[in-house]
Amino acid sequence: MMRWLAPLRAAFGRPSGMVAGTWLLILIAVAVLAHLLTPYDYDIQDLANAKMPPNAAHWMGTDEFGRDLMTRIFYGARTSLTVSSVSIGLSLMAGLTLGATAAYFGGWFDRVVTTAVDLTWSFPEILIALILVAIIGPGTTGTMAAIAVAYLAQFTRLTRAQILTLKSETYIEAARSLGASHKHLLFRHLVPNALAPVLVAAMLATGDAIILEATLGFFGLGAQPPTPSWGAMMSSGAAQLFSAPWIILLPGLVLTVTVIAINLFGDALIAALDIRTKLRDA
Amino acid sequence: MLLEVQDMSVAIGGVTPLDGVSFALDRGQIHGLVGESGSGKSLTAMAIMGLLPLIGGRIIGGSLKFDGHSLQRPETELRKLRGRRIAFITQNPMTALDPVRQIGGQVDEVAMMHLGLDRKAARERTIEILKQLRISSAETLVRSYPHELSGGMKQRIVIAMALAGEPDLIVADEPTTALDVTVQAQIIHILTALVRERGLGLLLITHDMGVVAQACDLVTVLYAGRVAEKSTTSTLFQAPRHPYTNALMASVPRDDMAIGELKGIPGFVPSVAGYPPGCRFHPRCSRKTEICAGSLPPLLAKDKESALACHNPLDGAQP
Amino acid sequence: MFGFIIKRSLLLIPVFFAASIVVFLLIHLVPGDPVDSLLTVGSPPEQRQIITERYGLDKPLIVQYGIWIGDILRGDLGTAIIMRRPVADLMAEALPYSIALGASAFLFYTIVGVTLGVTASLFQDRWPDRTIMTGVLFGSTLPSFWLGLLLMLIFSVWLRWLPVSGARDVSSLVLPVLTIGLGGTALVARITRVAMVETQRKDFVMLLHAKGMHPLHIQLVRVLRHALIPVVTILALRIGFVLGGAITVEIVFARPGIGTLLVRGIMQHDYPVVQACLLMLSMAVILGTFLGDVLQALMDPRARVSLS
Repeated sequence: MMRWLAPLRAAFGRPSGMVAGTWLLILIAVAVLAHLLTPYDYDIQDLANAKMPPNAAHWMGTDEFGRDLMTRIFYGARTSLTVSSVSIGLSLMAGLTLGATAAYFGGWFDRVVTTAVDLTWSFPEILIALILVAIIGPGTTGTMAAIAVAYLAQFTRLTRAQILTLKSETYIEAARSLGASHKHLLFRHLVPNALAPVLVAAMLATGDAIILEATLGFFGLGAQPPTPSWGAMMSSGAAQLFSAPWIILLPGLVLTVTVIAINLFGDALIAALDIRTKLRDA
Repeated sequence: MLLEVQDMSVAIGGVTPLDGVSFALDRGQIHGLVGESGSGKSLTAMAIMGLLPLIGGRIIGGSLKFDGHSLQRPETELRKLRGRRIAFITQNPMTALDPVRQIGGQVDEVAMMHLGLDRKAARERTIEILKQLRISSAETLVRSYPHELSGGMKQRIVIAMALAGEPDLIVADEPTTALDVTVQAQIIHILTALVRERGLGLLLITHDMGVVAQACDLVTVLYAGRVAEKSTTSTLFQAPRHPYTNALMASVPRDDMAIGELKGIPGFVPSVAGYPPGCRFHPRCSRKTEICAGSLPPLLAKDKESALACHNPLDGAQP
Repeated sequence: MFGFIIKRSLLLIPVFFAASIVVFLLIHLVPGDPVDSLLTVGSPPEQRQIITERYGLDKPLIVQYGIWIGDILRGDLGTAIIMRRPVADLMAEALPYSIALGASAFLFYTIVGVTLGVTASLFQDRWPDRTIMTGVLFGSTLPSFWLGLLLMLIFSVWLRWLPVSGARDVSSLVLPVLTIGLGGTALVARITRVAMVETQRKDFVMLLHAKGMHPLHIQLVRVLRHALIPVVTILALRIGFVLGGAITVEIVFARPGIGTLLVRGIMQHDYPVVQACLLMLSMAVILGTFLGDVLQALMDPRARVSLS
């Protein structure tokens, strides 16, 4: 555990990492403490004050129903962060297991996994996500399943590549000859050492997942009302493009800055951990 | 004099890997440039070819003359010489050829660029050169791709590319290092025959003393960016004067050695960043004296063909 | 050479069938009775019997698949539940718009991307390189639907230069193409630059200089030819990118197309439409991969050995 603090601190040490990391921490805090930070409720309509530009009472203006935009952005952050991190987390665990097992045991299982990964890898994530939403239906569950499956191929592939390289290292051979069991080797030696690049890839994928979640929301297939989501906000805001552009601009801006921050922080981590080469071939 | 290098120094970025190198080469001569990795031999080759800008280097001192004219000229003029009058043979034949073009075309283009031949004439000429290099079935070979050829064959193609422009001087940077031993001998034989038959000058850069013994008329020994010793091949082998040259000879494996007799030279070649003060070889030298650590030995010529830079040479006498 | 292409094309057939199986299973994975998925709301009870017989829903799965795939291969893509028209007609109407959008976007980002990548590599590490690569990076991080909305805001609403939505004429293609294009340019520029820089380092390039060839000729003809190999391969492999982008952009700009058809089909639970669109899009991705392999073999003599 302590091992992970050092690279995080190193990432914060770099100027880009510090700015990006700070933004992300603020965003997480905002998402968690949303109900404490704003006097408004995300769902209370106030038609008299609809479509107001940013002012003293509403720092980011109101939407077409008079709801405070900043509040909805804060709660939307909660949705975005929860959905993307949970689904990426699930995808990561599944990918680690599949990739490690395939690389370690080889044989027909490996071939099946590799073929499946190769086939899905060239599919755009939005398409995979749409397939899953078609089966499960719109909503948060569908979106989480969609994201998890869309990124599964990436994590499987990366883990497999890492384990394949590690498998042939001499310390593994030594452990084998000392009688270590497969399970022991896999979970105590191989996977922990393969973790670093995969975890960083997971972090970067979370950024993409946030965009994917917002895109699905924009299509109306994501978290359903009353749960606020940035994508759905921008979708309904599209109709107000002429009269109230901030409804689209502000959530989108927060989204973009967040994703840029994730990418910058991820890059800083990669530099701090010095694993650029391990990630290149994936 | 075909090639005259006088006190040349080369810098890359903030360091000066080559420091006051001098030697000369005439037509019909094979001049060996010997040294370990890090001695600056490849850099010398790049400097002569005018390719230093490719690696961020530049000549900062001394002179470089080809056929009496300075090589420190604008790039546009140098380009006319490259491939035409001065040709280059690289170290690694496996990566020297363009992988996506047929080898025939790669040789043709030299004649088309420099001799103004059209495609047909250039192709005839290419086949002619390949035949002279004793490559059978040259007509079919010209349509193959580099990855279809063996290392030795590829190196012959590189030589063909070098000859296509009718050069006066060939600079060969370790042409046999990447090849099998049997093929090495063939390539050296081809190169020496070319020099004798066509009266070319050949600068043969190598770290292999066996190749030097076989092929070279004159030898210049480089160490850490400076010339250690220069003389004719026979003199160098029979009576080396610089302790480094002597140690180099002693470290070459011979048939009559007993087991355990193989000798190396203690220590490592210093890197450009950390050259020792005084003579750059002195930390590893068995004959070092007090002056050696204090001042750089100057390169002093004994006669037209020999020179030495040492405070305490093997023959005891100062040059 | 031709043998290689024939061999690879034959591989497409089993892949097509595999994709079709996945798409077929779709409606059977949806919770609930498949018959309900195929019925319009408020249909008379006899419809259930008709649908069941038509699609063989009381027969084993394999037979059902056989019926379905047989129909598809004959050109019968089913009937849209909500719109009550043959799916094949709906797709035939939508396809030209999607192709126009996809092809234009692809051309745009390929040409612009390669140009930018080559330029950046020629000025490696100097200001043109840094500016291009930073700009490109920024353009790629923007979520495409937000970028589309932003462009719409600037060029349609504020400047009134271009139409907001629809597909009336060529001018309505500009913003959608730009939206997909800016993201794609980033990808292509980055790959091109890396390929150029890595190729420049190779020994054969040094030998080209030693032969006395003009440096611009070396960069723009010889090095580029070599660098284009990975670029072309990745472009073909990443055809999914332009497809995904097209889906999103069609929704944002309210353009008719396969993407709009698909999303509407999902929202309306119109499974015949969804199945047909998914099958077509999947085949487009698979064809792209196939094309990538063929192009790589055409451009790189070395690849023909390993891929045959």
